[in-house]
Amino acid sequence: MTTDTLAAYSLLMAYSAIAVYAIAFVMYVLDLSRRTGSIPVAEASARAAVPAATTARAGGGTALLERVGSVTTRIAEGQAKSVNKATRFQRTAFALMIIAWVVHVGAVVLRGIAADRGPWANMYEFSLTGTAIIVGIFIVVNLWRDVKFLGAYITGFVVLMLGLAATNFYVAVAPTSPPLQSYWLYIHISVAMLATGFYAVGGGLAIVQLLQQAREKGRLTRGRFLATFPSSATLEAMSSRLIIVGFAFWTFTLMAGAIWAYHAWGRYWGWDTKEVWTFIVWVIFAGYIHARATRGWRGTRSAWLAIIGLAAVLFNFTIVNLFFHGLHAYSGLSTM
Amino acid sequence: MSRSDLSRSDSDAPTSFGARPDGHAEAPEPAPGIQQPRLGPVGWLRFLWRQLTSMRTALILLLLLALAAVPGSLVPQRTSDPNGVIQFQQQNPDGYKILDALGVFSTFASPWFSAIYLLLFVSLVGCIIPRTRHHLQALVAKPPRTPARLERLIGYTEATTAVDAPTAVAEGRRVLRRLGYRVENYPLPGGGDSVSAERGYLRETGNLIFHVALVGILLTVGVFGGFGYTGQRILVQDSTFTNVGSDYDSFIPGRFSSVDDLQPYQMRLESFRPTYAFNQTTGTWDPEDYVTRLSTRTPGGGWTKQELKINAPITVGGTQIYLLGNGYAPILTIRDSHGTVVKNEPTPFLAQDANLTSNGVLKVADGLTDSTGKPTQIGIQGFFRPTPPAGKDQILSAAPQLSPKADVFLSVYIGDLGLGGGTPQNVYTLDVAKLKLAAGRDPATSKTVGGGPIDLVRGQTATLPDGLGTITFSGIRRYVSLDIHHDPTPLPALVFALLVLGGLLLSLFVPRRRMWITAVTGEDGTRLRYAGLARGEDANLEAAVAEVAARHRAALGDPGDPDGPDDPRTPIPRM
Repeated sequence: MTTDTLAAYSLLMAYSAIAVYAIAFVMYVLDLSRRTGSIPVAEASARAAVPAATTARAGGGTALLERVGSVTTRIAEGQAKSVNKATRFQRTAFALMIIAWVVHVGAVVLRGIAADRGPWANMYEFSLTGTAIIVGIFIVVNLWRDVKFLGAYITGFVVLMLGLAATNFYVAVAPTSPPLQSYWLYIHISVAMLATGFYAVGGGLAIVQLLQQAREKGRLTRGRFLATFPSSATLEAMSSRLIIVGFAFWTFTLMAGAIWAYHAWGRYWGWDTKEVWTFIVWVIFAGYIHARATRGWRGTRSAWLAIIGLAAVLFNFTIVNLFFHGLHAYSGLSTM
Repeated sequence: MSRSDLSRSDSDAPTSFGARPDGHAEAPEPAPGIQQPRLGPVGWLRFLWRQLTSMRTALILLLLLALAAVPGSLVPQRTSDPNGVIQFQQQNPDGYKILDALGVFSTFASPWFSAIYLLLFVSLVGCIIPRTRHHLQALVAKPPRTPARLERLIGYTEATTAVDAPTAVAEGRRVLRRLGYRVENYPLPGGGDSVSAERGYLRETGNLIFHVALVGILLTVGVFGGFGYTGQRILVQDSTFTNVGSDYDSFIPGRFSSVDDLQPYQMRLESFRPTYAFNQTTGTWDPEDYVTRLSTRTPGGGWTKQELKINAPITVGGTQIYLLGNGYAPILTIRDSHGTVVKNEPTPFLAQDANLTSNGVLKVADGLTDSTGKPTQIGIQGFFRPTPPAGKDQILSAAPQLSPKADVFLSVYIGDLGLGGGTPQNVYTLDVAKLKLAAGRDPATSKTVGGGPIDLVRGQTATLPDGLGTITFSGIRRYVSLDIHHDPTPLPALVFALLVLGGLLLSLFVPRRRMWITAVTGEDGTRLRYAGLARGEDANLEAAVAEVAARHRAALGDPGDPDGPDDPRTPIPRM
């Protein structure tokens, strides 16, 4: 098959993935609305779970080895779990999401074969591969902890990003310009995408954490589906774990980028626009980690920092690529 | 009251991990409502120092640093985009004056940006020093005394066993050691025995390495960077460059370096071969690869051939040489009215677009006389197209490759070039303000003068106006523009960067934990108690205590919980 045919199939698969993601998005939203509808039941069981949990976990998470204690604990945990029980919509949505992701990965692979290189040399390819990595990370994170309630956020974001990329950023397969020809292309960009994926899921959790905090303090009367979500403390703990992993990857991205820049442009750091924004993102998330260790900054403020950091990542990828001048102008679009 | 209650230095308190800056979530909270004593000058200094090194100040400085970097991306920077600055100045002179006064065009060298990062690093050093001291003490210290009230700690678990207390503790000690804990036995005050254990010292070590290495990067760039230099040079095929200050087109020495430090090696451009691919979609030629062959010779050595590619600089005489750009250098031979050659060398023309439509300037100050015999200076503005377009109405080159039809258009100006004034001139621009157009198109009126611009393909000759002589387009050479620099910082910077990364990974992913096992022999056997304590966040601590308990009981030969592990959650993969 020729390059163009392969690229055309890849694009077709990308569009198919968008369609399935869109259906998954609708299902996730239905799941959230369904949770709102079933609130009385969920809250009743949550209330029942609270006293039992208090007895079993007195003294900061005590778990007794004795039979009575452990049985009480297990009952409490079981009840707490039933609150967060997935609706049929959520299970369907997650299944659809995995199907869409498989098609999506197919689109990435075909594009890579068509171009005979890593499929991330221009903005279309970066969006295509980057969103696939975000969904992949979301699926993997769900093996660790159940965060499927973020599904609407993730699929919504991916549909928007991928739709925008397929319709507005699409460029035909072209050879990479000489500065991009380096194995650092693979290292630097793939790690940057991994970091972005962790930031995206962690940032999403931070958004839910803020909403949950508002609800816990009684400031939020709408969005009662939040009652079925984990507590803001749990959300914050999960969010920070993911962001810390993202930060480690981002640090590596920055260094790999510097090494590549040294080979390609003769300096490892030159305050090029893209470098400035990578630095800003790094500093914001470094601030986030410090904020989590600073009295009075834990919780709301650190969550806001995570969201600002995520916004900076997206700004770096979209606005900076399209409208700012600099050596990283690799969108492949001729309007630059 | 026990000593640990009185002492501010908390190394005795088993539930504290020690030195933390003020405002740190794990530092002791300031007691409210305490009457502050009046501060003398030293007191004020101490107060300011404490403020500067506090966690909150560091955090604010960090966020300010991110904010202060933003203008550096919105406005072109002198260092990375000097032409952008000039363009900004021309388009918006008033805004330029204000922004320039604020130093926004060199944001990253501006006083306000420097102030933020210097304060941040001072604050950092102020934090590192006490923490390092404390950590060094912790590294040689024994794990802390077993706290009396284990049930208040994390993952508290009880069990009973048939073996006696000393045996149970000795076995617990082995289990903990095998898990990488440092252990110490403490008899319990009310009878019974206990083992206290601690692990994860690498977390703090990593944290300190991370911060020290950041200071290292700053010092490397700030101090070592001053010993470097950087320069640019356009090198035409078959010509030779010698690494001395005068042979550079532009040269910027570092703070502590000078032109005298250069090692005078030589370099000659043998050939430059670009390959292009036609992009069907955009209808343009995209560069695929550039192969530059150079010969270099260090003093006293012979010529060696080297190949320079865009991602692979070559290293000669302590400098790295990078390919920045390339273009064509037409050879325009100028003869006087008697046919004597006045000028015959390639002139680099600077590319204006991706198809290498190029502009160049030729200045002839000596050797030409007009028809009356008066010495005359001429300046020529040239326009070069490697592949002239097929259509007559098109102007720009159609492709970057050199075709047989490659042509030049030359506008000839006559008058004083002003070369004698001593002011250095840019060789790539011609100031036509004081010159008279003798042949070409007047840029102001668009009228042709003297028969219009001289249009030549290779091999053609035209006569110059005023009987000055002739001009021949006799050949063409490729040239490359090279960035040549000496930078001693990359290696130390890389080492520090790797330390930053390694330290970060240790400090984020190694858990620091304390673990206690107590054993008290009673009437129905020995009562075992387990509990843990973490520094920072440690989502897996409860599971870790449960694991220690399970291993310990297995080692004692006690039956485990028949329903499997006590923790009903799914196992957590380590991240």
